[in-house]
Amino acid sequence: MQRRDAIENIIKNIDDELVICNIGFPSRELYDIKDRDENFYMIGSMGLVSSIALGLAISKPDKKIVIIDGDGAFLMNLGSIATIFSQHPDNLVWIVINNEAYGSTGNQETYAKNLDLKEIAKGVGFENSYNLEDIDFKDVLNKNELTFINYNVKAGNSKAPIIPFTPIQIKNRFMDVIK
Amino acid sequence: MNSTEAIFNGLKDSGIDFIVSVPCVNLTELLNLINNDDEITHIPVTREEEGIGILAGAYLAGKKVAILMQNSGLGNCINALKSLTELYEMPLVMIMSHRGTEGEGICGQVPMGKSTTEILTACNYTYFKPTTPEEAYENVKNAWKTSLEEKLPISILLEIKYW
Repeated sequence: MQRRDAIENIIKNIDDELVICNIGFPSRELYDIKDRDENFYMIGSMGLVSSIALGLAISKPDKKIVIIDGDGAFLMNLGSIATIFSQHPDNLVWIVINNEAYGSTGNQETYAKNLDLKEIAKGVGFENSYNLEDIDFKDVLNKNELTFINYNVKAGNSKAPIIPFTPIQIKNRFMDVIK
Repeated sequence: MNSTEAIFNGLKDSGIDFIVSVPCVNLTELLNLINNDDEITHIPVTREEEGIGILAGAYLAGKKVAILMQNSGLGNCINALKSLTELYEMPLVMIMSHRGTEGEGICGQVPMGKSTTEILTACNYTYFKPTTPEEAYENVKNAWKTSLEEKLPISILLEIKYW
């Protein structure tokens, strides 16, 4: 299983949740699998996907937000886990697709291979921190609780196309759908 | 209206309702006022760049957003300002305590203090350096509107002598 398969599995299980997706191949693959107005694709600012989602989750408490993060991006903005845990929005599900690699730049190794991301989240205080293979994903998704999920996959990118929208188009349609 | 109230009133009168911060000693009173205001959501952050991400999400949800920080934090968030805020044309007000300016007692603040306006100029970002509370109030009150018009972040630099 590679990242694309993981994103397919995530999308298969979601309904009207807002999805904030990591920069690079993750966003391209999400676009290719299922483009929807509720997807926000990152085009720049690696590492900030969980922060964008936090600002959204606090401001839209009636919407469920799903983060598609990656291990390299997660490690780049590690302070975010302290802020998200402390703010504790119960409408946020944070999924880190963990391929132990900087996938979009050529699959160079990250330090994630030496780490247990689920235990990092637990150590911070997350009551709900799981490896995806240990849970019924749909059940966990349907709970109204702050959740962290480490999703182990093999490194590798699919042939997903470049997203044909401008950043402004991505922003505007996302803002229109959550109004 | 003292130096802190001028900033607070400007933020309130421009409708800012979502703020992230990394503190500066010169922002202490302002942060207290913001914490005690029920209409403003205030999220302390671990690093300024993280704050820029949070503000992007809040803006997508319809909030009017600002960051409070030292000018040192500007250096921590340049890429986010460029490839998130500017790229997606999201408005943003940046209230910065401008350390390393006249009267600075800590030498570590000086190099970044000297380069702050040049960094903003290089970014093509408009900044204001008010010297009185009246001027600061006007600058802050108009910043959100100006940011919407310019489609770029607007900075208010508050030098040591301002306070």
